[in-house]
Amino acid sequence: MFDILRKSLAAGIVTEAGPTATPGLARCVGRGRPEIDFANWKDARPAVAACPTGALACVDRGGIRTVRLDLGKCTFCGLCAEADASVRMTHACELTAMRREDLKVTAKYELGPDGTHRKLLAPPRSTLDSQVSSLDALGTKLKERLDKVLGRSLHIREVDAGSCNGCEVEIVGLNSPVYDIERFGIHFVASPRHADMLLVTGPVSRNMELALRKTYDATPAPRLVVAVGACGCSGGIFGANYASLGGVDKVIPVDVYIPGCPPNPHALLHGILTAIGRLPGKA
Amino acid sequence: MNILPGLQPIVADLTDRFGRRIEGVFPVRPDEIYFHTAMELVPGFCAQLCRKWNARLVSLFADDARKPDGVFHLYYVLALDAAHGFFILRVPVPPEQPWFTSLTNALPAVNWQEREIQDLFGLRLEGHPNPRRCALHDDWPEVYPLRKDFDLKTVFPPFKGERHKFRKVEGEGVFQVPVGPVHAGIIEPGHFLFSVAGEPVLYLQIRLFYTHKGTEKLFENIPVTHGVCLAESISGDSSFAHATAFCHAVERAASVEVPPRARAVRTVCLELERLYNHIADIGAIATDVAFVVANAHAMRLKEQVLRLNEQLTGNRLLRGMAALGGVRFNWDAGQINLLSRFLSELRPQFDSLVEMVQESSSTRDRLETTGILKPGIACDLGVTGIAGRASGCDHDLRRDFPHAAYDQVKFNVPGYREGDVLRRMQVRIDEVREALAIIGQLVDKFPEGPIRVKVPALAPGTVALGYVEGWRGEIFHWIRAAENNRLARCKVKDPSLQNWPAMSEAILGNIIPDFPVINKSFNLSYSGTDR
Repeated sequence: MFDILRKSLAAGIVTEAGPTATPGLARCVGRGRPEIDFANWKDARPAVAACPTGALACVDRGGIRTVRLDLGKCTFCGLCAEADASVRMTHACELTAMRREDLKVTAKYELGPDGTHRKLLAPPRSTLDSQVSSLDALGTKLKERLDKVLGRSLHIREVDAGSCNGCEVEIVGLNSPVYDIERFGIHFVASPRHADMLLVTGPVSRNMELALRKTYDATPAPRLVVAVGACGCSGGIFGANYASLGGVDKVIPVDVYIPGCPPNPHALLHGILTAIGRLPGKA
Repeated sequence: MNILPGLQPIVADLTDRFGRRIEGVFPVRPDEIYFHTAMELVPGFCAQLCRKWNARLVSLFADDARKPDGVFHLYYVLALDAAHGFFILRVPVPPEQPWFTSLTNALPAVNWQEREIQDLFGLRLEGHPNPRRCALHDDWPEVYPLRKDFDLKTVFPPFKGERHKFRKVEGEGVFQVPVGPVHAGIIEPGHFLFSVAGEPVLYLQIRLFYTHKGTEKLFENIPVTHGVCLAESISGDSSFAHATAFCHAVERAASVEVPPRARAVRTVCLELERLYNHIADIGAIATDVAFVVANAHAMRLKEQVLRLNEQLTGNRLLRGMAALGGVRFNWDAGQINLLSRFLSELRPQFDSLVEMVQESSSTRDRLETTGILKPGIACDLGVTGIAGRASGCDHDLRRDFPHAAYDQVKFNVPGYREGDVLRRMQVRIDEVREALAIIGQLVDKFPEGPIRVKVPALAPGTVALGYVEGWRGEIFHWIRAAENNRLARCKVKDPSLQNWPAMSEAILGNIIPDFPVINKSFNLSYSGTDR
């Protein structure tokens, strides 16, 4: 017993207060969302061909090319940036959106005879802001919201609707002492009947469709639904096929989308905060 | 083409015994020999190989080859661990007689794989003890998704077919407890039906494939290069292992040799994947017997590995690192230093965690003799990986079929025969220590040179078997190339598919409250099984 206590004391407090409190542990040193230099982009085709999920797509019609970057499909693999110098991978990973449309960025180009871009016609417009705030500040903000809306606590039921288990690896991490989501009054519960929020992963496989509907029906209103990961947002690399429905919102209404493949714990917490703001008539 | 010297006597024995009934022997690679033959030879052929030469049937799958060859093909993949080679039996099934003979009664290891073929290809099983649907649930219409005339994008109207009929277990005081597919914890979906009398479990029925999302069909519809990304999403906690097994298959098909530095990087990444999963599992097993402090420490260590992964590959789950012909990102001296420093920091922390778990007598009391999988049953079911090594199945592709840079390092394969939860945890503890030693050996003499070579377009019709010992067990990817550098078939075999039936055996006689810890000690992938 004393030995366990001694070891725990020796490990110290590992819970992350914020990026400045733990130097060397950057929030996201890996790949986040891609950023495109739309103004100087000469040709979208190589990057589009490199994209494995169809997050980057283009349509040519009447000498005009419409290019669309869909962050709800993007897995941040970085293959587009390898194929095209106009695309750069950033470290931005907190990309929650309240509307599916907000994850899409579209630009139009006038085409030259060889299929390259001659002129940027419509500059891209994105309503998505990738807020970067410290975990602690985020958590405090979240706690204030929770106090108001749900009387200090938020209960989440996680539903895997066909995920590869990648998102689950990160969601479980929220309960680790490093992220310690419980200190903000957020608990993962065992039954949808106890839950205020469903955190749904996976493209919704045909075999999970009924179970997801039933879980949603079993959750008391007001309830929130958060679609997690590229698969949850859009079907991701699986898209829609005979066995996959192509996203959570094909089956139940979604309040908030959290992109990423998988989204890291920071991105998840950011998404949960955004979702709280959506409870009707309050906050 | 030559054949590995160790395999030659076995080939000679088979040709002696079966003579002209074997239509052809094709050594596609020195360690990958194809035998073309007819269905009626299969039972005898497998029996001879398994009994006399100690072979294991590691994979069974079908391929719709009606376009080039006018028939479906069944492939029976047998591993000869001692001789370091694979014998693959190819059997035609004519479309006008779409049925095949079940081997399940003789080789229970193929039970689910045979039923999956029946569901996805519409080839009827003859003589199977339980030929019910598995991959497509009972309410699905009569469709065969892996046939070539079925379109990936087929959209079904809402269907309402039959409900699954579970087997009845009756008797005085017997009742049934259904669990899932949505579980209490943050885990994947599956349905378990326990039949209990009082506390002990009499019978467990497992129903899976809730996460079936058409992955194998999808492989046939995308360029080979995108297949690497799809392979990363087969089982999220084995992203790198699956992607590397896929790359391995493509590289073998293209006869490409991966440069030494890339092999070393692959080995390190495979071991990092093993590290974070094993550490998390040790913590989760502790949680399931209410020792949550140990889990807090395990989660802390797991987070450290995930952050190291991010520094080394740009992704916490090692995604985006695997590439055809090598790996995508090179490591500079700083990153290799980081790796080596990390090893020396993790080792004492891990030792401290292990001490904490092992010195707790109440924890040991809950784990020892819980969920025993007997070696005989494990062997019959072809159990692989951690669960196999805890139950006397001494197989490890890293040792017997060295891939990546496993031929460059020394390591031990742990083995126990007791087959309980404690031993499955002990295998993990041993393997974490071996993983640290393996990475340590590589860091000391990290090879220089290129990290990637170009992989040419695959010649249509080429077949190849790729494999990797993932943290859970052996992963196989088998491909057949089509025109324009696409795939006509990609068969994915996750170790979980092999191990799930063993769970039904290990739970017998245990109490339902011990099921979570038994389940965790196997920690099988649902998505890898269902695809």
